[in-house]
Amino acid sequence: MSDAPRKAPSVTDAYEMVVGLEVHVQLLTRTKAFCSCSTAYGAPPNANTCPVCLALPGALPVLNEEAVRLAVRAALALHCTVNETSIFARKNYFYPDLPKGYQISQFDKPLAEHGRLDIGVNADSTPITIRITRVHMEEDAGKSVHDRYPGVTAIDLNRSGVPLIEIVSEPDMRSSREAGAYLRALKQVIEYTAVSDANMEEGSLRVDANVSARLRGETKLGTKTEVKNLNSFSGVERALELEFARQCEVLASSGVVTQQTMLWDANRGEVRPARSKEGSHDYRYFPEPDLPPLQLSRAWIDAAQLSLPELPAAKVARFIADYKLPPTDVEVLAASQPTAAYFESVVKEGADPKSAANWVIRDVLQEVKNGASISAFPIEPSSLAKLIGMVGDNTVSSAAAKTIFAIALKTRERPADIAKREGLLQERNEDALAGWVDQVLAENPNVATRFRGGDKKLLGVLVGLVMKASKGRADPKAINQLLSARAAAGE
Amino acid sequence: MSGSAVSAVRDAFARMAEVDAGSTGLNCILWTDEQRALDDAAAVDATPSKGALAGVPFVAKDNIATTHLQTTCGSRILEGYVSPYEATVITRLRDAGAVLVGKSNMDEFAMGSSNEHSAWGPVLNPVVRTRVPGVSSGGSAASVAAGVVRIALGSETGGSVRQPASYCGIVGVKPTYGRVSRFGLVAFASSLDQVGVFGANVADAASALEVIAGRDVRDATSADCPVDRYTAAATPDLTGVVIGRPREYFPKSLDPRLVRRCAEALESLRARGAEIREVSLPHTDLAIPVYYIIAPAEASSNLARFDGVRYGPRVAADGLREMYEATRTHGFGPEVTRRILLGTYVLSAGYYDAYYKKAQEVRTLIAQDFREVFESGVHLLFTPTTPSPAFEFGAKSDPYDMYLNDIFTATANLAGVPAISVPIGDIDGLPVGGQLIARHFDEQIMFRGAFALEAARVGAT
Amino acid sequence: MAIGPDDVRHVAALARLAVPERQLPELVSQLNGILSHMDALAKVKTVGVMPAAGVGDAAMPLRTDIGPPIPLARPLDSFAPQSRDGFLLVPRLATHESAGDDESSE
Repeated sequence: MSDAPRKAPSVTDAYEMVVGLEVHVQLLTRTKAFCSCSTAYGAPPNANTCPVCLALPGALPVLNEEAVRLAVRAALALHCTVNETSIFARKNYFYPDLPKGYQISQFDKPLAEHGRLDIGVNADSTPITIRITRVHMEEDAGKSVHDRYPGVTAIDLNRSGVPLIEIVSEPDMRSSREAGAYLRALKQVIEYTAVSDANMEEGSLRVDANVSARLRGETKLGTKTEVKNLNSFSGVERALELEFARQCEVLASSGVVTQQTMLWDANRGEVRPARSKEGSHDYRYFPEPDLPPLQLSRAWIDAAQLSLPELPAAKVARFIADYKLPPTDVEVLAASQPTAAYFESVVKEGADPKSAANWVIRDVLQEVKNGASISAFPIEPSSLAKLIGMVGDNTVSSAAAKTIFAIALKTRERPADIAKREGLLQERNEDALAGWVDQVLAENPNVATRFRGGDKKLLGVLVGLVMKASKGRADPKAINQLLSARAAAGE
Repeated sequence: MSGSAVSAVRDAFARMAEVDAGSTGLNCILWTDEQRALDDAAAVDATPSKGALAGVPFVAKDNIATTHLQTTCGSRILEGYVSPYEATVITRLRDAGAVLVGKSNMDEFAMGSSNEHSAWGPVLNPVVRTRVPGVSSGGSAASVAAGVVRIALGSETGGSVRQPASYCGIVGVKPTYGRVSRFGLVAFASSLDQVGVFGANVADAASALEVIAGRDVRDATSADCPVDRYTAAATPDLTGVVIGRPREYFPKSLDPRLVRRCAEALESLRARGAEIREVSLPHTDLAIPVYYIIAPAEASSNLARFDGVRYGPRVAADGLREMYEATRTHGFGPEVTRRILLGTYVLSAGYYDAYYKKAQEVRTLIAQDFREVFESGVHLLFTPTTPSPAFEFGAKSDPYDMYLNDIFTATANLAGVPAISVPIGDIDGLPVGGQLIARHFDEQIMFRGAFALEAARVGAT
Repeated sequence: MAIGPDDVRHVAALARLAVPERQLPELVSQLNGILSHMDALAKVKTVGVMPAAGVGDAAMPLRTDIGPPIPLARPLDSFAPQSRDGFLLVPRLATHESAGDDESSE
């Protein structure tokens, strides 16, 4: 985040970064926005095309109901006001991957407006709120491949017409860190509401940033540039730092920032001006005459509101309140809905929340990070709850529990069965315990003598040796008591 | 009935060969496949359950997508293009047993006012061959007027069916916007376009419209509104029907002979029991300026897809931009180019509010005029279809002068209401049409009036 | 509002039409002729009048999220001007002479 090699700290320190983000999110529909072609990723070039998305003469768009439902869901989750009437518009420009010569989007009257997203808390624990200007629906363009064949550009229209929402924020972010936090919070909301898989690598979440610099204390906005081609969250943060530093240098040397489009080059780690697009931008928006206004009844919108799941912020608050867990743990548990759901199931199955949180964060998420999916996690919440319970009532030791967990990951067996088969149940039988103690004392006569002579420091060593002899089955507390009793008795 | 479709199609091709032959051929049909049409006809003859139009040959305007004949919109930019999918209206006619025998010539992309703007040469008026057949569905109108077929599909944006129907002495219908699917109709101005039908008489037009009308899930602007039996509207009595005569459609400058034909027509309607009422549609004179902003604006966007990337002939060039410009400049004729430039201009930054937005607001006022007059108890409006009969080729050179031919027809497209042109007599041997306009989706009463108008003339001659 | 040669050049560029310089004067005059008639609209009071958005009051019908798509009677490469391996081919943009700028459309 402090990766700004050309920046002279004294220059940027005088300035404040102002960032607004435009995020495109691909909606999780089966078919495209305006035709019945599949949205499946990875089909052969132009396999998922039809008269509509090829813009054949005479073809007409018909809007996908599911795209509307998902777009409204996202808008409501971002606390937007959903307009009962919204209007589609044509954005006109020529590009070979834009078959109609216009993109169907929304302009004057978008689907939803005036939302907000909390991205964290300030030092005084007030929330950092980023205002959402609007959420509108539009269609994706196809893909232009410039490096496949020499001298020509190859066009694949499989993506042409795939439904998107564009989420436009106000210029409310003041650092690259806030921009990163906004994107992570946004992605979380999108995933919680199952509106999109929000995968930046596959392009189902795309970010353009508007960034400007101004002297600290200044209230007017500076001239902004738009940074495109941002392909990862860390890339966004780095690109913003670099572009901000560049603008600060321009301003500090009494220069003028030119409004332009910049491209982030992830390979070279640099931001440079986009080579000027041909012609000027004059999109000639006008209402799409092929689509009547989209009318949504208040009742329908209210029902959509009610169908929203608990959102990340609410979940975090509830976990802190209900389970008395530290906020840092809760952030991890609520990061994704499946993780939160898994954790809560473990607790519902009777596990103590603190232990459940520890197990999920330390052991379960470690495995999930290694590529497994928590929804298909081999150890059911009920099994984990049992295991936690077994540790709690000393049926197994913590060490044995780890072993059981590792085995259950592979075999999906019940913890109790594993413990029994592997002989990992804590041994409480007095005779067995005494046998191990005798054995250890016999095998270590010097230590035994010193211990009996009153050297209490050796208690720990002996407990460890007994545990080893019992292959972890002995209850360390019982051994402790037993050894202490022997020492007291001088045996 | 055996073999009747085949023989009807044979007759149509024979007549086609006759009228299109020679240097004064009408040039009304562009693309045909006789063998295919005969095969289709034989299939109809072999089907035991006959559709409503079983064995009826028809032609379709060249801007309606067909999977075996070219769809070029009268333009070089689509030269050789055969659509890989079929327009809904074609499917519906074929499902009813009608047989497509040809694609008809038209002004390029339906733009023009004289049918002098086809890339494939002008269509001649079958009544007097030195005169224009009317725009832009001139080929379809001429095919019906010359007796090649009894029904033909055209398209309407500002009068492109009614005007040639009037010039050629046949019946032409523009249905309510949303009455007929536009899926497969190559767009000119999407908010104005509507597939229309020509008939040798009112019954033919009614029978074709009955088949093609009704909701289509592939067109979001097609209305879910019940379709009446238009052919059943032929009643001799118009008692209780109020017909408005809008004074703005009878300006002082109007040819007195046309005024007389209209008076006779209105008298025949009165004789059948209709009440004639003088009415006013005050924003009528703004229709042409509004139309010539909205239509080119939408056209400039609709015609952007013709870029040489996915279909149609490409003019090779070094760079992408150069390819676009070479393909489009070579592909579009002068009238289309002019309107794309005009439409691009009125939508461009700084002009949108003054032109496009303003035009859409005035369009609302024009539609309100119709709503108010219909709400006042008027069922139908009667007007001349065109300000004059068909004019000589080359008689009008100023584009705006040409645009004024749409003055009585463009209002119905702007308001979305249905209208029909029915022959009401001749001026110096040239046919003229009278127009009946009804409220949204009330084609039934429009046909009732049209049947009455036609019956009066049949009775008079 | 009179339209000038630069306006025509600008809109021709936007519309990807090459207008030869010798045709410019005639086009400028024709377009001005047409536009002069449009000035009648400026005099109409439209305060509070909603611009027509589509025709009629019908709301937008929606389709359910299922296939199959409308089929093509012939495959794309049978009517496309230039294609290869399923891709459509176009001349490379001048700004893409060196690959790398993934400046696909917005």
